[in-house]
Amino acid sequence: MIGFEYARAASVADAVRQMAESPDAKFVDLMKMDVERPAKLIDVSKLPLDQVEETAGGGLRIGALVANSDLAYHPLVERRYPVLSSALLAGASQQLRNMASVGGNLLQRTRCPYFYDLVTPCNKREPGAGCSAVDGLNRMNAILGTSESCIAVHPSDMCVALAVLEATVRVTGPRGERVIALSDFHRLPGDTPQRDTNLEGDELITSVELPARGFAANHTYLKIRDRLSYAFALVSVAVGLELEGGAIRQARFALGGVAHKPWRNAEAEAALQGRAPDEAAFAAAADLMLREARGFGHNTFKIDLARRALVRALSQAARGTPQSQSSKKIT
Amino acid sequence: MTDQKSPPQVTLTVNGARHALALDPRSTLLDVLRDHLDLTGTKKGCDQGQCGACTVLLDGRRVLSCLTLAVMKDGATITTVEGLAKDGTPHPLQQAFIDHDAFQCGYCTPGQLCSAVGLIAEGKARTADEIRELMSGNICRCGAYPNIVAAIQQAMGQQAMGQS
Repeated sequence: MIGFEYARAASVADAVRQMAESPDAKFVDLMKMDVERPAKLIDVSKLPLDQVEETAGGGLRIGALVANSDLAYHPLVERRYPVLSSALLAGASQQLRNMASVGGNLLQRTRCPYFYDLVTPCNKREPGAGCSAVDGLNRMNAILGTSESCIAVHPSDMCVALAVLEATVRVTGPRGERVIALSDFHRLPGDTPQRDTNLEGDELITSVELPARGFAANHTYLKIRDRLSYAFALVSVAVGLELEGGAIRQARFALGGVAHKPWRNAEAEAALQGRAPDEAAFAAAADLMLREARGFGHNTFKIDLARRALVRALSQAARGTPQSQSSKKIT
Repeated sequence: MTDQKSPPQVTLTVNGARHALALDPRSTLLDVLRDHLDLTGTKKGCDQGQCGACTVLLDGRRVLSCLTLAVMKDGATITTVEGLAKDGTPHPLQQAFIDHDAFQCGYCTPGQLCSAVGLIAEGKARTADEIRELMSGNICRCGAYPNIVAAIQQAMGQQAMGQS
């Protein structure tokens, strides 16, 4: 790790002022590997952004510094937004969930091995250098929304559930406050893969807000990975359904581990509206979801895997039998 | 380091003893414990947050000391494996690890012990499946997992726990 100046932020305003000089969030693991080399680290960890509170609209406001473990076990989240609780508990380990904040989870970087390997080209680490994953070991890489310059995936579980819940991200910066829809928060790589999100470098995430609709009755988070716990997703699926009179009134679903952001498809969701919740309807929706998918060799299997995981997850949600994150049996 | 400023001052209470330290901001809690305070029970495995060998209790919660910058934890209370025994008597979990032969080489054991103390304090694990899931951040390359789960069950006083 290279040396850096260290400063504690006294308030949100102080953090924003200091960030005007030294923008961007940093991660200790990436600093250790010299992938990130900040000149100054502004410690925001003591700011008063660690509350979970109900909003006037019947939703929930989650402070950016709330620990992933505290959020997963929060009674209001367990009861009203169980898909979020489940996704959080599917991610990392309890030690990391105790350390990881909601804001940090949103901003986490890809786990593409070439991003971490300083001796191979990576457009995300060094724009213009080239992508080693396209013709390299790309088993964990993206099948949707890729570009010639980057096929990295966003590794978060939490964000996949937030996409289904249609959360918003509240940020503050020198130009004031603004609210970004979760679906607009992360970017596709395009020709600027060095930018993961639409957060500006001098802006600070202060909270994530959930609308009232939590899909508590019909939801699931299904994560498929190489080992049963403490591993990143090959494919994950978050689902929220509203059922009425034996038909689907509204469907929201998102894929994780397949793209540079949690992947939703409005056409696929609309295709389930008014349909009976059966396998034929789910298969048709999954086909729409994966229609544009493209594999790169090692990861081509993920197209079929994602299609089947989607059908399975939609069935779990429709039955009201969400995936358990401790018993790993997939039913 | 940049050296334009004096090193940040940090106060840590480790296993009941208060330490005032002037630290390079790069110092991880793991390196401070091992190199500054000579508490070498906490182990450096991967040093990248992937193995759990460096697990300690920070303000009562299990965390990875290798990914914790010590300067960010001013005022914190830390318990390492050296702080588990009381007056020469092993912690019940340490005794359970001995009773169940829950280790071979022992390198992951301090992390396993601190992690399991955290697990029991959290109170979320009831079944063996739940223990396994909530201990998944601690890798044991000797593969002592069945005995580790049995030792934790003993310490939880729930040996009749069902295998869901």
